[in-house]
Amino acid sequence: MNPTPKQRIWMYEAMLKSRLFDEAVFAAYWEGKKPLFHMGKGPLPGEMHQSFGQEPTAVGVCAHLGPDDAVGAGHRPHHVAIARGVDLKRMAAELFGKKTGLSGGRGGHMHLYDNRVNFFSSGIIAEGMGPGAGMALARKMQKKPGIAVAFNGDGAVNQGAFHEVMNMAALWKLPFICVIEDNKYAVSVTTRESTVVQAWQRAAAYDCPGEYVKGNDPDLIFAAAGRAIQHARDGKGPAILELETERLHGHFIGDSAGYRAKEEVAAQQDPLPLYRKRLLDEQVLSAADLASLESQVKQEVGAAMEYGRESEYPAPQEALERVFARGPTGRAKI
Amino acid sequence: MTQQAPDTGGSARTLTMARAGREAVIAEMRKDPNIFVIGEDVAKLGGVFGTTVGMAEEFGAGRVIDTPISETGFIGIATGAAMAGMRPIVEIAFVDFIGVCFNAIFNFAAKTHYMSGGQFKVPMTLMIGYGGGYNDAAQHSQCLVATLAHVPGIRIVTPADAYDAKGLMHSCLQDDNLTIWMVHKAIWGLGWLGTAIKTAMATVPEEPYAIPFGKARIWREGNDVTLVGYGITVHHALQAAEKLAAEGISAEVLDLRTIVPMDREAIMKSVRKTGRVVVADEDYMNCGVTAEVLATIAERDPRVLTAPAIRVANPDIPVPFSRPMENFALPDADKIVAAAKTTLQSSC
Repeated sequence: MNPTPKQRIWMYEAMLKSRLFDEAVFAAYWEGKKPLFHMGKGPLPGEMHQSFGQEPTAVGVCAHLGPDDAVGAGHRPHHVAIARGVDLKRMAAELFGKKTGLSGGRGGHMHLYDNRVNFFSSGIIAEGMGPGAGMALARKMQKKPGIAVAFNGDGAVNQGAFHEVMNMAALWKLPFICVIEDNKYAVSVTTRESTVVQAWQRAAAYDCPGEYVKGNDPDLIFAAAGRAIQHARDGKGPAILELETERLHGHFIGDSAGYRAKEEVAAQQDPLPLYRKRLLDEQVLSAADLASLESQVKQEVGAAMEYGRESEYPAPQEALERVFARGPTGRAKI
Repeated sequence: MTQQAPDTGGSARTLTMARAGREAVIAEMRKDPNIFVIGEDVAKLGGVFGTTVGMAEEFGAGRVIDTPISETGFIGIATGAAMAGMRPIVEIAFVDFIGVCFNAIFNFAAKTHYMSGGQFKVPMTLMIGYGGGYNDAAQHSQCLVATLAHVPGIRIVTPADAYDAKGLMHSCLQDDNLTIWMVHKAIWGLGWLGTAIKTAMATVPEEPYAIPFGKARIWREGNDVTLVGYGITVHHALQAAEKLAAEGISAEVLDLRTIVPMDREAIMKSVRKTGRVVVADEDYMNCGVTAEVLATIAERDPRVLTAPAIRVANPDIPVPFSRPMENFALPDADKIVAAAKTTLQSSC
């Protein structure tokens, strides 16, 4: 299944939006953190895991999803959230810890939730597996349409949750897609050093389809994702989609990735200009169309970042709210 | 005895806690098709502790789901289903097994409502057995109530008899949060444990009723000393109160009923009256529920105490296997009696 021109333009736009967002976040992140790096300082505090280079995985998969579907992401969630259509302004505000953020500042960059598009992320490796498959189970039990997709890194495949959930998802034929983004590193440990059999090959153990897509290419990812998702939509159960991708930066901002060989880093390819060039070469978009699209995305990202930056902080005591559903609680009230 | 005996009308029967809790689950499942049961041995076996007997027959395998031994996986799956509108009941037969799925519980299920700013609710009830007293040793005899109560976002519900088991289960299933309904194995009414403690059986009305969280229950009124417990230690305390009464000592027995939220007002009210307190718990003493009860008094008004408080709890050892050593570790009526007498003989 090949993407239509319209789908390819959407994929480029979402990749670009993710990239420009990450660039803006990168710039803002360093404010207040120089000359001495302190993770808790500046307008964007905390760990920051960015998606530079991994944009194709999110767009190639999410291009197939509609409002009935659910998506879970991991600790590096920006590209997935953006491809899923999470509210960018409220996402930016969440990163800034503001009251207008998706969770009113209770989550931050690793813990993004937008129920409008059935999206969540978690900072714990392989955490998307259970809740993702659970959302698939709910759809099946309620006889509602839709599938659930969990995005995980290659490091997640060695967590117990990966195996436990794949086994149950296959047993119960859940409409569930396990996406493994193979960026080749779990922080500093390579896939080769950590994993004897890759996730897509393990699909055989769960009697479900497994596919490895090389090249970090949005069009190829789109095609493979289409096959896996159709399998799930047809009620045939889960699939494992393992996608080669690139982590162009360190594990988080501040990690200079000194553990990677210079030649290896030099050989990395940035998927964004490659895809841009392909769309131009294949005349999917004209230079003028591209310029207009890029200016529009830049404006949208700028507006989101400004919204996040300018929004009010929550009042400190708002921290006591939402521990439990129905009204404010917290130790003071218990 | 001044139990808050329910008005049972003509429809009450004497039930074990297992049957009473099960009755609430079945009633709620008939009402709400989004409720389902998932866990190990819940369908064909009817639960290791008989908590789900008959449910698979009535509701079918689609709503009573036997799982592989994969607690991390099925707790995570149940959480996702809850976020998507279902209301799962998950059985973890032994609380000791919670170690393998703690991440799914405390990093995700308990925090999702908060971290999503209230966008996603997790209306999920875990049904868990705990406690020792039958020589099952350190990996099948723990309580871990305080361990779970320590994490924000979880309601901890610990009924002590069949009446409360049913009423609190209705409340769990009607609540939009993660609730953990924990029953001590020795009071559940299991034949193979000899149904040792008969006071846990109670007259239970057939119709549904909900007992609110955070409302302690005074099982027995008294003036000289307050005996605080929950679950099995309520029954130890009742026995202790009988023994103390024979010696002319009037003990009040307070059942916390739910550990989170804790009825701190009730603790203060009782201790204000008696001036003396013994807190009994089968869980580990260190940083435990007993400490939380005493911290409540220390924070709110330590002047209500006329004597140092005493804790009767596991002396911070793994539950031993051998009978004399296990009995040494567990609280019982005699230990509570001794503690009550000590506090009555001292002052501060």
